[in-house]
Amino acid sequence: MKPDEENITWVREPRLGLLGRSYLMLFLQGLTTTLRHFFSRKITVQSPEERHEMPDPSIYRGVHRLNRDEQGRVKCVACFLCATACPAHCIDIVAAESPWPDREKYPQSFTIDELRCIFCGMCEEACPVDAIELTGLYDLTGKSREEMIFDKQKLLSVYDQTKDAEPMRTMRVKGRGTRGEG
Amino acid sequence: MPTVTIDNRELEIPAGRRLNAIEAARLVGIEIPHYCWHPGLSVVGSCRMCLIEIGTRCKKSGAITMQPKLVPACNTIVADNMVIVTDSEKVARARAMVEEDLLLRHPIDCPICDKAGECLLQDYHFQYGQAERRADVRPFTSRRRDLGDVTLFVDRCVMCGRCVRFAREISGTSELMVTGRGAREEIDVVVGYPLNNKLSGNVVDLCPVGALADKDFLYRQRVWYLRRHAGVCAGCSAGCSIWIEENQQRVWRIKPRENPFINKWWICNDGRYDYPHVHDPRRLTRPLGRETGILDGRDWFDLPKELDWALRRTGRLAAVVSPFLTVEEAYLLCKLIRDIDHEALLAIGPVPVLGEDERFPGGFTIRAEKCPNRRGVEAVVAHFAHRVASFDELLAEVDQDALQGVWVSGGYKNEWIGHSTAARFERLKLLIVQDLFPSPLSDRATYLLPGAAYPEREGSYVNFADRLQSFRRAIRPPAGVKTEGSICWELLGRKGLYNARAVLEEMTREIMYFSAAAGPVPEAGIDLRSNLLA
Repeated sequence: MKPDEENITWVREPRLGLLGRSYLMLFLQGLTTTLRHFFSRKITVQSPEERHEMPDPSIYRGVHRLNRDEQGRVKCVACFLCATACPAHCIDIVAAESPWPDREKYPQSFTIDELRCIFCGMCEEACPVDAIELTGLYDLTGKSREEMIFDKQKLLSVYDQTKDAEPMRTMRVKGRGTRGEG
Repeated sequence: MPTVTIDNRELEIPAGRRLNAIEAARLVGIEIPHYCWHPGLSVVGSCRMCLIEIGTRCKKSGAITMQPKLVPACNTIVADNMVIVTDSEKVARARAMVEEDLLLRHPIDCPICDKAGECLLQDYHFQYGQAERRADVRPFTSRRRDLGDVTLFVDRCVMCGRCVRFAREISGTSELMVTGRGAREEIDVVVGYPLNNKLSGNVVDLCPVGALADKDFLYRQRVWYLRRHAGVCAGCSAGCSIWIEENQQRVWRIKPRENPFINKWWICNDGRYDYPHVHDPRRLTRPLGRETGILDGRDWFDLPKELDWALRRTGRLAAVVSPFLTVEEAYLLCKLIRDIDHEALLAIGPVPVLGEDERFPGGFTIRAEKCPNRRGVEAVVAHFAHRVASFDELLAEVDQDALQGVWVSGGYKNEWIGHSTAARFERLKLLIVQDLFPSPLSDRATYLLPGAAYPEREGSYVNFADRLQSFRRAIRPPAGVKTEGSICWELLGRKGLYNARAVLEEMTREIMYFSAAAGPVPEAGIDLRSNLLA
């Protein structure tokens, strides 16, 4: 950018008077804000003793879970669409022929590296059977890196823990996830 | 010159060629969708996807008369003054109707279908189909049927019949058939006569949808993860062109690569399922050297110097040049040994022969000679030694103690040398063995070098009919393994990395047999005899 370009307007900073130069008014302004917060309602949550109240956990993107179908089996069909959509490459699936007669393919192993995950929610978006979902659980801790690689069992147990607080998407929204109803 | 007009584009029909409208349209860059037509099979015109409008242009007045009915492009041989329209409303509507009809009975289980991503039904539906489905059909799970070598997902089938025609015309075994009529047509086999022939894997490639699935590949990978590399099959001396499909340095499947001179569109099952040895955990993966009776690890950094020193002080040398080496690798090995000992004996490794050539009615032949490069290696050895010694001649010299050091290159995926033969190498001062797997011979080696498998090699193979095909590596060799080419390249003191193309250039100048490969080698390979005859 050239300094003599015609669509640039040059503005001079205003000259400060004596009161302005003493910064007294600004000081009082700041102090008023501090005092106002000092006497208003507290919003700090004493975590972990107190839990943060989430207005709608279903739109929060926390720890993943693998949903179960009506028979308690893993809902995932191992289509790899979440792993394909994942920008962080944190999902690893090994597919196999399913042991059940009514299903063709299932994940023999399904692991998510929670440390590598960026919690963007693309996996949830890509899933054609609403098997993978992000829950409202936000306090994710572990003692080692290995512990943070969640396998199928662990992801299913997250579902068992959260299914009452957060029902499955397909349960919440009627008619969602059924194609062929053009 | 006979001229045909396709969507206002003029095409001069190449002399002496009988083109159908699909092929002619392809020449002017127009794709006509089709399921049942395949260039290698007979025409049935049953899928109706390739319907087009045709007409004739009057030679005198130039007036065009169109036929009222649509005709299948696959069954329409283009002729002079023919006018073809593929982009009209009428054609588009016909294609959309065909797509809608096919999807009526289709499970739409794309998420779990192995074909998703390379499926013609998917592609054509995106391009020519309707956005909405009028029928009240929910996605369902396809029925599955075991046909023998492959698995059939009955409901995914679009009844193009390519697989049935393949079994009749190319493999000549006719195991597959169509049962039922109309909407209840299904592919099946007669009970007790499953699909079981050496070309059966091709029906999976032929299937335009996910109906026929490879048992070897089923649910292993999604196709969009795979990267494919042009390669040459090392299973027999036919040297079929193949695609080696790999994800993260692991070969997942092998597909035929169209080559009109060798394998057309097909490969045999022996070649298709020939990759497990590449990832075999028993493979040799580090260089070893013997100093005080036991083999211990060597460093690739110091090894060239040590090998060079060992080779120079040994005395009379010999090299066994394996027919699994590329011609470039064979050339470098011969050059290396001959540079050190000008009288070195150069022998070709044992050439595995299994049974007899197997010829199929469709013209496909599986060669009995189970190595890819005998002719190429022989030509290289003949250039250096003027006479190609056989492995037995080398053994005879070893028995007479006429040799002190032997460099044996292997690369065989099966057991290739017995205990008694290997024991004859016992008295040698220096035995350098380069192989894929441990063998009785490798137990006796002074230096044991791990070798590369065919997807890891770079160079050229010469098939039984003197056709040279160049290829680059598809995957990296496992950690600790160097290809034969790069070892010899280093030992010869050449600068930089092993460059197969540069070696081939050198060979075309030095060896008459390879002179035809002087320019860039085309994808379908080059016939080395073309220069010799001229």
